[in-house]
Amino acid sequence: MEENKDTESQVLVKERELVTPGDVLATGLDFLPSSGCYRENNKIKAKLLGLAKIKNRFIGIIPLSGVYVPRPGDGIVGFVKDMQSTSWIIDINSPYDALLVLGEAVGEFVDITKRDISVYYDIGDVIYAKVLNVTKSKHVQLTMNDHRAKKLSDGRIIKITPSKVPRLIGKQGSMIELIKNETKCQIIVGQNGIVWIRGEKEGLATRAVKMIEQESHVSGLTDNITELLQKGE
Amino acid sequence: MGKVGKPEKLIENNKRLDGRGLEDMREMSIEVGVIKKALGSGTFRFGETYALSAVYGPKPFHPRFLQDPQKLVLKCKYTMAPFSTTERIRPGYSRRSIEISKVTRLSLNNVVFTEDYPRTGVDVLIEIMQADASTRCAGINAASIALADAGVPMKDLIASCSVGVIDGTIILDVGGIEDNYGEVDLAIATVADQDKFVLLQLDGILTKEQFMEMLELGKKGCAKVYEMQKNALREKYQTGDLDDTE
Repeated sequence: MEENKDTESQVLVKERELVTPGDVLATGLDFLPSSGCYRENNKIKAKLLGLAKIKNRFIGIIPLSGVYVPRPGDGIVGFVKDMQSTSWIIDINSPYDALLVLGEAVGEFVDITKRDISVYYDIGDVIYAKVLNVTKSKHVQLTMNDHRAKKLSDGRIIKITPSKVPRLIGKQGSMIELIKNETKCQIIVGQNGIVWIRGEKEGLATRAVKMIEQESHVSGLTDNITELLQKGE
Repeated sequence: MGKVGKPEKLIENNKRLDGRGLEDMREMSIEVGVIKKALGSGTFRFGETYALSAVYGPKPFHPRFLQDPQKLVLKCKYTMAPFSTTERIRPGYSRRSIEISKVTRLSLNNVVFTEDYPRTGVDVLIEIMQADASTRCAGINAASIALADAGVPMKDLIASCSVGVIDGTIILDVGGIEDNYGEVDLAIATVADQDKFVLLQLDGILTKEQFMEMLELGKKGCAKVYEMQKNALREKYQTGDLDDTE
């Protein structure tokens, strides 16, 4: 009987099929639930509304909506929300605020009895930082110890749904490169769904990003974006 | 709806006052994502009963002393619009709405993966725009849709419907007049179409046999609702494919 169960293992959904919470994705013990799935007895079921993703023995879901949950290594755009004697509290567009401690932010010795740390980052500043660590209870630590991390000035900031960030970036950054080349703008996309744009054609770039967000599940998006960008202002 | 006098018979020739058979439900309709500013939203309609639900979160939860360091906290708010019935309802909380908010929260808590988002909360707002009995069922159905639309992780959707007894006969999906003049009203909610009950509220007196029969009938009704919920969620995104992502 036990062996029989193993042979029965099978995937019940196709790659990129739309699933709703509770849908059975696979049966048997040969598959493992990845993000967005859970196991109930010998069934793997969906937790979220999204698209099925099958990779070897792992079955997961790409969510279509939801909030940003930080993961170590993510590059994010955040807002300095508060300041303490040796750290900054950063709003990262997530249910959890992040902490940026002095040692991870500044590469030099700072005597806090003599120097106010607001000379480095002040409340209201926007930064591009990397997520260093996330504890089990979701306490988030950031670091500026990364070649891309910096303070962002000028430009404009727009928010998109965090789950649509991979679509905005495209395969190996193809989509974002397309916008950058056509508009000659500097664009930084945070994994948390905050996009920073600076350049002469900011308006056009903004329109393109918004369009990608709205039509992320429509096919032929790349062509539509190219058309929008070539038409120009 | 309204204070119509008691009709002589609620059932005639196996037909109810609105022409339904004994085990027919009212016409149902569902919309997903109607409120742009909310993370997730949905509506659910049972005939003249119309519920609107919006979900905000997961987000930092206040007041802090109600936060759970290991879990997400659900906050449900059920309200009826002042114009939802023939007699104006005072806006805001009432004894009844607080109770329904609580049972809704307890039902939804059964399916949400609360441990996935520690220290946060989710606001689930339910507004009854038009009431014609079974409002708590419509509210739970709408909230379940809204939670899924918001991307809150859940084991399954919750489906809910009511079963009643009028003129000594068991019926599915109690309507307005039937609620006012019927003998029994039983609100049921199940996890998906399974045998897992997450809401059971009974008003009236009945025998054990009747009760068991009503549960069976309620399950059938919930299965129908569940089917509709799944289809509605699928329809929202069924406008194209995502072949060239990532």
